[in-house]
Amino acid sequence: MFKATVIVKRRPKILDPQGKAVEQGAKLLGFNNVKKTRIGKYIEFFVDTDDKTLAEKEVKEYSEKLLSNPIMEDFEFTLEEIK
Amino acid sequence: MKPKFGVVVFPGSNCDYDAYYSLKKVLNYNAEFLWHKEKDLKGSDVIVLPGGFSYGDYLRTGAIAQFSPIMDSVFSFAENGGIVIGICNGFQILLEIGLLPGVMLQNVSLKFVCKDQYLKVENNNTIFTNKIGKSVIKIPIKHGEGNYFVDEKTLQEIETNQQVLFRYSSREGLVDEKFNPNGSLNNIAGICNKNKNVMGMMPHPENACDAILGKTDGALIFKSVVENLFN
Repeated sequence: MFKATVIVKRRPKILDPQGKAVEQGAKLLGFNNVKKTRIGKYIEFFVDTDDKTLAEKEVKEYSEKLLSNPIMEDFEFTLEEIK
Repeated sequence: MKPKFGVVVFPGSNCDYDAYYSLKKVLNYNAEFLWHKEKDLKGSDVIVLPGGFSYGDYLRTGAIAQFSPIMDSVFSFAENGGIVIGICNGFQILLEIGLLPGVMLQNVSLKFVCKDQYLKVENNNTIFTNKIGKSVIKIPIKHGEGNYFVDEKTLQEIETNQQVLFRYSSREGLVDEKFNPNGSLNNIAGICNKNKNVMGMMPHPENACDAILGKTDGALIFKSVVENLFN
């Protein structure tokens, strides 16, 4: 069994109005050093197999087909073996 | 002969009844709901993917609906030249499934916009537009994620292929950033595929059919499609 963690980020060139709005909040709080806030998605789930290659393949395909949209997002993932 | 519109119902669709009402009761066409778990398009001449918040807009708008069983049939129908109209969330689903190019980002303002909007009819040489008979139409918009985006190369392609059908404009048809309600590239409000049988638009033509609502330009789009079907 593996625990998968997928992070979906907006591609660097895509505007992130939500990140901008949140950063205004940071300024209001006085965090003036906060810059370039970007908001993405964190997704975790388990993959019920002991075959790491298969688990990687599934997570990659799942991320490509559903969890992210390649026009606007990039993704990265990690797999942690659960004993 | 009356054309038959199949209106697909996803969990979270909320303009399905509006589309059904306008097509059947106002325009007097045949219309039937198609539940997303079915595969049968029930002999529809035109498929309508209605507005709403399919699957709660979770993950991304339209992202999960694209895998509903009925979408396999809609995809094949479209690939074989069948006429498909995606409105608002329906447009977002067509983008996610890849029948149309691009993606919808959040409105630049981060606000949900709900208002009547003028649209310049950019290409009046498609089945969706060639009988509209006006260069500017007024159709309401109501969305939070209608900021059309696509990579530069594809944008060039859809412009060159005249796939842009409607642009946000002034009452006079002036296309300018001032009249762009959501930040869409090139003020794009509606596009079609290369074969010009699949259309997606953010504005809601089904909410501009019944004269009691004070605007009827939406009916011109449906009438255009129907006149082309039987010619």
